[in-house]
Amino acid sequence: MPFLMAVVIWAVAAALAVPFFTQTWWLPEAISEHARVVDAQFMRTLVGTGVVFILAQASLGWVVFRYGRKRREPATYSHGNNTMEVLWTAVTAVLFIGLALLGERAWAAVHYLERPAGAIPIELTGQQFAWNIRYAGPDGKFGALDINQINDQAGNPLGVDSKDPAGKDDLTVPTMAVPVNRPVELILRSKDVTHSFFVRELRLKQDAVPGLVIRIHFTAEKVGTYEIACVELCGLGHYKMRSFLEVLEPADYEKWLAERAKPPQ
Amino acid sequence: MAEMAHEHVAHVHAAPTGFIRKYIFSLDHKVIGIQYWLLALAAVLVGMALSLLMRWHLVWPAAKMPWLEKIFPAGAPDGVMTPELYLALMTMHGTIMVFFVLTTAPQSGFGNYVLPIQIGAADMAFPVLNMLSFWVTFVGFLVIMAAFLVTGGPPLSGWTGYPPLSALPEAGPGQGTGQTLWIVSLAIFSAGSLLGALNFITTTLNLRAKGMSLMRMPLTCWTWFVTAILGLLAFAVLLAAGALLLMDRIAGTSFFVPGGLIVSDKQITQHSGGSPLLWQHLFWFFGHPEVYIAIVPGMGVVSQVLSTFSRKPIFGYKAMVWALIAIGVLGFGVWGHHMFISGMSPYSAIAFSVLTMAIGVPSAIKTFNWIGTMLGGKLRFTSPMLFAVGFVSLFVTGGLSGIFLGQPPVDLYFHDTYFVVGHFHMIMGVASIFGMFAGTYYWFPKMFGRMMSEPLGKIHFWLTFVGVYAIFGPMHYLGLTGHPRRYSELSGVKYLAGSENLHLFMTVAAVVTVAAQVIFFLNMLWSFFKGQKAADNPWESTTLEWTVPSPPPHDNFAGVEPVVYRGPYEYSVPGASKDYLMQTEPDPPGVRR
Repeated sequence: MPFLMAVVIWAVAAALAVPFFTQTWWLPEAISEHARVVDAQFMRTLVGTGVVFILAQASLGWVVFRYGRKRREPATYSHGNNTMEVLWTAVTAVLFIGLALLGERAWAAVHYLERPAGAIPIELTGQQFAWNIRYAGPDGKFGALDINQINDQAGNPLGVDSKDPAGKDDLTVPTMAVPVNRPVELILRSKDVTHSFFVRELRLKQDAVPGLVIRIHFTAEKVGTYEIACVELCGLGHYKMRSFLEVLEPADYEKWLAERAKPPQ
Repeated sequence: MAEMAHEHVAHVHAAPTGFIRKYIFSLDHKVIGIQYWLLALAAVLVGMALSLLMRWHLVWPAAKMPWLEKIFPAGAPDGVMTPELYLALMTMHGTIMVFFVLTTAPQSGFGNYVLPIQIGAADMAFPVLNMLSFWVTFVGFLVIMAAFLVTGGPPLSGWTGYPPLSALPEAGPGQGTGQTLWIVSLAIFSAGSLLGALNFITTTLNLRAKGMSLMRMPLTCWTWFVTAILGLLAFAVLLAAGALLLMDRIAGTSFFVPGGLIVSDKQITQHSGGSPLLWQHLFWFFGHPEVYIAIVPGMGVVSQVLSTFSRKPIFGYKAMVWALIAIGVLGFGVWGHHMFISGMSPYSAIAFSVLTMAIGVPSAIKTFNWIGTMLGGKLRFTSPMLFAVGFVSLFVTGGLSGIFLGQPPVDLYFHDTYFVVGHFHMIMGVASIFGMFAGTYYWFPKMFGRMMSEPLGKIHFWLTFVGVYAIFGPMHYLGLTGHPRRYSELSGVKYLAGSENLHLFMTVAAVVTVAAQVIFFLNMLWSFFKGQKAADNPWESTTLEWTVPSPPPHDNFAGVEPVVYRGPYEYSVPGASKDYLMQTEPDPPGVRR
């Protein structure tokens, strides 16, 4: 029994850990500086917790094996060891709280720093079960919204006010495109319930909360098409509330915008 | 201090004779404990069945289950599960498991049965309140089950019930009557838990036998005591939050619903000014301590069992107590780690993160002390011992994945992915359940006077231990790939296509593991009628419940108040004639301590 128990504990722990080494299932490619900082913090955490995991499971299996076998001498009569208590308290405190403090930089970059100058504002509004993406157009200003003018069929799902001149050139589309290496400010809103914006490759996730306007920013550094998934439970179609983020060369981006812009009135 | 005199409240309720007062509306803490435990067993059957249906649907979304249509005509047309039914089953799985299993059995079940005997009391401090708290909880269970039967079916907003989804009946099927029943059930459950918590706290503080100082209490009693305090503070908040959400739904208030919403092409005009984040703060102010409410009693059982079957005093009793208190205190300052991406102030995230990582320290202390307890011991591999060792392994695994989620930048990636699902199932789910299994195998002889089958218990352990790792381990890999949770199908997002094999593996593991639980239920049933008669102290343990007959008489100690002479885990004391000294045994001659 002690041998079997030890072997099973070690085998299960090893089976769980091996894919983390082989990276069989792994983080997708990182396409921004922020994503790389997140990955670095993830790796630090993986190494720290990995060492603790292996030591803890190994010693658990070992004590079961070593002290489970039949032996003559009685069990040690001991109530513990204060030096050991202080030691492992100190070590885990330094490791865990140290990790928390190291992670602060990656968090600060997204949430504390102002958006970089020249960031393109893009508004992302969730609704059951689609994303509406709005560009401010050549004037760089978003038009006012009027809830009574919302009309999905007429191509005005956000209710851009027809009386506001700033809204004339606004562009509302179901997918997002951004130019490569240009900072983007994302303005998150929701029409109905809470949704959440998630692009794996950006390592970026943010809830879109009704009643709130939430701003985050990112700079995508690699051309390609990435999926935007909704990750906050929003109702029966949650699993298919999906859109795309196309990261384009600047010229392609301009072309992309032009193709979708409203015909001049 | 240990010899401090304790005021005792005389319990003069005589043993009832009628069936109803003896088994149904009983005032006896032991009967009430068993009632709670049976309620949790019934609930866990429902919860497990729901999880199997979900796992099946994830792998075979087009599977036809004609019987499912009979239960849910709208949710499964032609027997094929709809996305809304999947979410409804998921919501009910989470709610039933968290409240009616994980909160019910470890604390109210075992705590009720064992706490008074272990501290040397004849009953709980307030027996009528105790009966009331069980029956209130039972009504809560009926109300949540009723959600299966109403038009629209159960709610689909998850066990966290975030508004506006949970506040607006227009937001989806199940968001009408089903969601209302969900809120009412939680409120009733909270009320029952508050009554229970008061009773546990009072009993622990006032009814300890002579010599049973706080620092001589078994660690089980400490964990039930701390859990009761957590419950008193946390459920009060959930009750209030539930009342506010109910008002939003039925009385036109706007605590959680902002203005200007358009749901299902309909303008919501009756609400304005509410905050969806307020609910999240209130819910998680309850919800995070709730995690500890689920697991802390398991820590107590595991400490007791590891010490007993290692034939050694617990390693670092005082450190264990202080770590427990630290977990309880810190547990109220970490709720924001559920909200890193919610839109709350990003500055508060750092505070919540540091406190969250800090709570890993007392958790690690407990783990090291458990291993230290076995170090130098003479282990006996009984079924409770196997589950206690399994608990430690799961606790390490589930605890360490929390270190990822406690850091805001790493959580930016893992939040709302399967990594989280794997994490909390490992620790709050199966580690807690392993604590319950250990408790069941350990105390069944005391509760029913018969031993459970050891061979069956061991088979049950091996299948379950490997099984739960096989189910919940791969969820961490899915999380690495960014796989969102709460998705009813994999077809909606392209990058999920590669996860089908892992999902198949987990579903097979789930079927096998759930099947293995049949062994547990058969073992209990068989042992109840045919098990070997249990002696007073079959495990050669030291605490007070093993000084009385199995099962104990109505007032536990037959009117004789026990006197306690020492701490709870005096095993292998040099000079003693046997390798354990009961707490109630005066020092025999020759003992060197």
